[in-house]
Order: sequence, then C-alpha cells, then structure tokens
Amino acid sequence: MPKAIMDSSDINRVMRRMAHEIIEKNKGMENLCLVGIQKGGVILAERLASQIESIEGGHIEVGKLDISFYRDDIHTKEDHPVVKRTEIPFTIDNKTVVLVDDVLFTGRSIRAAMDALVDFGRPAYIQLAVLIDRGHRELPIRADYAGKNIPTSFDARVEVTLDEERVKDRVVLFSET
Amino acid sequence: MIKSKDLLGIKELTSEEIYHILDTASGFRDVLKRDIKKVPPLRGKTVVSLFFEPSTRTKTSFALAAKRLSADFVNFSVSTSSVVKGESIRDTALTIQALGADFVVIRHGSSGVPHFLSSILDMSVINAGDGANEHPTQALLDLFTIQSHKKSFKGLNVAIVGDIAHSRVAKSNIYALKKLGAEVRLICPPTLTPAGIEKLGVEVFHSMDEGVKKTDVIMTLRLQLERQSKGFLPSLKEYYKLYGLTTERLKLAKHNAMVMHPGPMNRGVEIGSAVADGPQSVILEQVTNGLAVRMAVLYLLAGVKK
Repeated sequence: MPKAIMDSSDINRVMRRMAHEIIEKNKGMENLCLVGIQKGGVILAERLASQIESIEGGHIEVGKLDISFYRDDIHTKEDHPVVKRTEIPFTIDNKTVVLVDDVLFTGRSIRAAMDALVDFGRPAYIQLAVLIDRGHRELPIRADYAGKNIPTSFDARVEVTLDEERVKDRVVLFSET
Repeated sequence: MIKSKDLLGIKELTSEEIYHILDTASGFRDVLKRDIKKVPPLRGKTVVSLFFEPSTRTKTSFALAAKRLSADFVNFSVSTSSVVKGESIRDTALTIQALGADFVVIRHGSSGVPHFLSSILDMSVINAGDGANEHPTQALLDLFTIQSHKKSFKGLNVAIVGDIAHSRVAKSNIYALKKLGAEVRLICPPTLTPAGIEKLGVEVFHSMDEGVKKTDVIMTLRLQLERQSKGFLPSLKEYYKLYGLTTERLKLAKHNAMVMHPGPMNRGVEIGSAVADGPQSVILEQVTNGLAVRMAVLYLLAGVKK
C-alpha cells in the first residue's frame, strides 16, 4: 500500500533548508563541492548546487559518481544494476566534498562512495546530504544533512522520483505487505 | 544481465546482453581515464590465461583487465607446461580449477575447445579465440568502438575485408552486427570466401572498389602471410593492389567512414600506412576500448551464480 510522504513543494522547501544548512555549517561556499551518487543523488546534487548558488552567488562544482564497482554485494546480488557515468571533472584534494544521495538506508552505498572518492584524491572533509533517512544503519555512517527522517520497517521500500521539470517529484513509501 | 557463466561466442548472446556489456564498458572506460585506474570488484578472484596460440593484444588486454579489477592474474605458459609431456586439455583445465581459479581465458587452434571446457568446468570460461569459429571479445570491442562514433547500428553499412574464410574475428563481427541490425558486406578474394556465407545475411563482393562504396565502417582483417605460400593468392603485392585499403579506395566510402583493424597490421598488405595512421583510423582506440570491454566481461561474469 503506497503512502505519499512528500510532494513537489515539500521537496523544494526541504532542499532550500538543506542548502542553507550546508552554507551555515561550512561558513560559506569556499572549497565546497557536491558529488551526487548515481543515480538517485545526481539530480539532487544539481538542485542543491543551484540553491546554494542563488543564496551565496558564485559557482559550485558538481560531480557525479557511480559506485557499482565499489559495492560489497557484487557476488550476492541477482543482477548487476546498469553502470552509469562517473564525471568528477575537478580536483577534490583539500576540498569539502558533500556526497548527495536520495535515500540513506543501511549505509553501504555511502561506504562504497567514500571508497570511490578516495581513489580520486584526498578531500579535506567528506559530508553527507540525503533527502530521506529511513533508518536501519548497518555501518557507523550518519547524514550531516537530512531532508526528512522516516521510520520504516526493513522490508518497506522508499521510492524517490525526481524529474527535470519537477512535475513528477514525490517520495512514496511502500510498506511490506 | 548476463545469464551464462561463460562467454563462448556472440552466437550465444542476445542483443540485450550485448548492449549491457557495451554500457558496462563505458563505465570502465571512465575508470581508465583516472589517475588510479583500479577498482575493487574482483578482489580475491583469480583469472588464468591459457593461450595455445600466440597473442599480444588479447592476452595483455585480459591481464591488465583482470589486474585493474583487483583480481589476481596468472599466465599459463603452454610451451613450458606439462602439455608438452602430453597432458590433455581436459586435465590441464581441471588442474587449473583445482588450484582455485575463477576464470579461464582460453585461446586454442581448434574450434569448440571453450565450449568443451564450459561443459566440464564450474569456473567461468572466456573464449579468446577458438580456431576459425569465434573471437567474441574482439567483436564486442569493435562494436563498442563503432558505438562511440556512430549514432546507431540499425542500417549502418559495415564492410569486412580480407581472409574471411579463416577469420574468427570476421565471424564474430558478422553475428554481432547482424544481431544489432547493421548491414554487413564482405569483401574478399574468391579463394578466401567461405562457401555459403551469404546464409548469414551478408552481401559478398570480390571487388574492393565496389564493396567499399558508401560504407560507414571498413574493417580490414589481417592477411596471414602463409596464405601466399599455400596458393590462395598469387602474391602479397597483388593482394594489396586488389584489396588493400588505400587512400583512394577510402575516398569511395562515406566521408566520415571509420577505418578499423583488429591488429596486428601488415602495413602495405591489407592496409596502407597513410590510412592506418590517418584521421579516419580508430585502430589504436580499438586497443584501448578492448581493455574496457574485457573489464566489463570479467565484471559481469563474476556476478553470475555458478
């Protein structure tokens, strides 16, 4: 039974708040860059970037990262998800990299993303921004910025839909039946 | 999603599987552009190469692909192994499996050897060339290279030139291109044309000038120099005169036609140096792409439950 958690305007408001939080915590935009995790985090990262730029002015670098090769479940998962592009066309050395993803669950994707990131360089700090934190962490990983916390049962599914035109934006919770 | 634990040939792949391999190879091509060209998915896995025929590109490519995936790689040198004492290929392969290998990459002069090994082994078998049958990873990297330059395979006009009768590269490419909807034409001397090859849905030309007209891609194949001594050709100079890809002949193709060659090239026999080194040639790109494609194959086969 699907339950609507957030609609388009909820998502917008939450992203504005997160953009302010990121600027506040980092005392501005200097040395900041965003890396969206494929594929749910990529559009989010781009939107956060434009929010941040409209608040502070200036330009913030945005990259995208595919973590397929760093997953810990390659030999147990039934099928390989389609590998997407990784484009980080700037140096991350000494920068504050804010990883962006749509849903934070067990934390294993973030562990994979950090392993991938350190192969690109040596960030000064790595922070994590997620739209939804649904609990059930299996690793010691936490979000620095979370749009919304949703308690879920382990077998539930949280589906985040974001499209370029922002028409279909929504977050839906599918409880286990 | 690859269903089989092995890569035996293009014949056994669906077009969806082919596209999946190509998409995955794109991801690995990105990896190869980084400073740290290594990723961890095959950590702890062992890849063994078993080459009964010589190879530069394919063998080195698989070795690097395995290492870039963090796998362990062992090269089995046939000439200094017990094969020399008469050990059968069956026992050799079972021994390699008993030593804990996860993948065997095999090249053999007899068609069907990889298929035989696949039936007796639990580990993954990758065909690196079997007799005159297939060389699937070559076709995959050729497709990948074409895909980087052309919008679609459907209706694309591809010419394969050379010793088609003895070429496993030609066969794999014919199967692959046909599966993806391309138009394939073969250009070869009558003595090097396999009987009945039109049944694969290809057009056969014996005139190079006719065959290359309006093509989008020209794949030149290596001419084995022994063919001259066995009476298939009068001389290598004659072959170049009639079938060599020269600058003039290239002009008969479409203006942005791609020039391809699996390597190693015999310059001045199947292809002129000016063309091989010219702006339309993607020959070196093929080599780079070969690494990305082989990484994709190893990565995808690693995920198949055995």
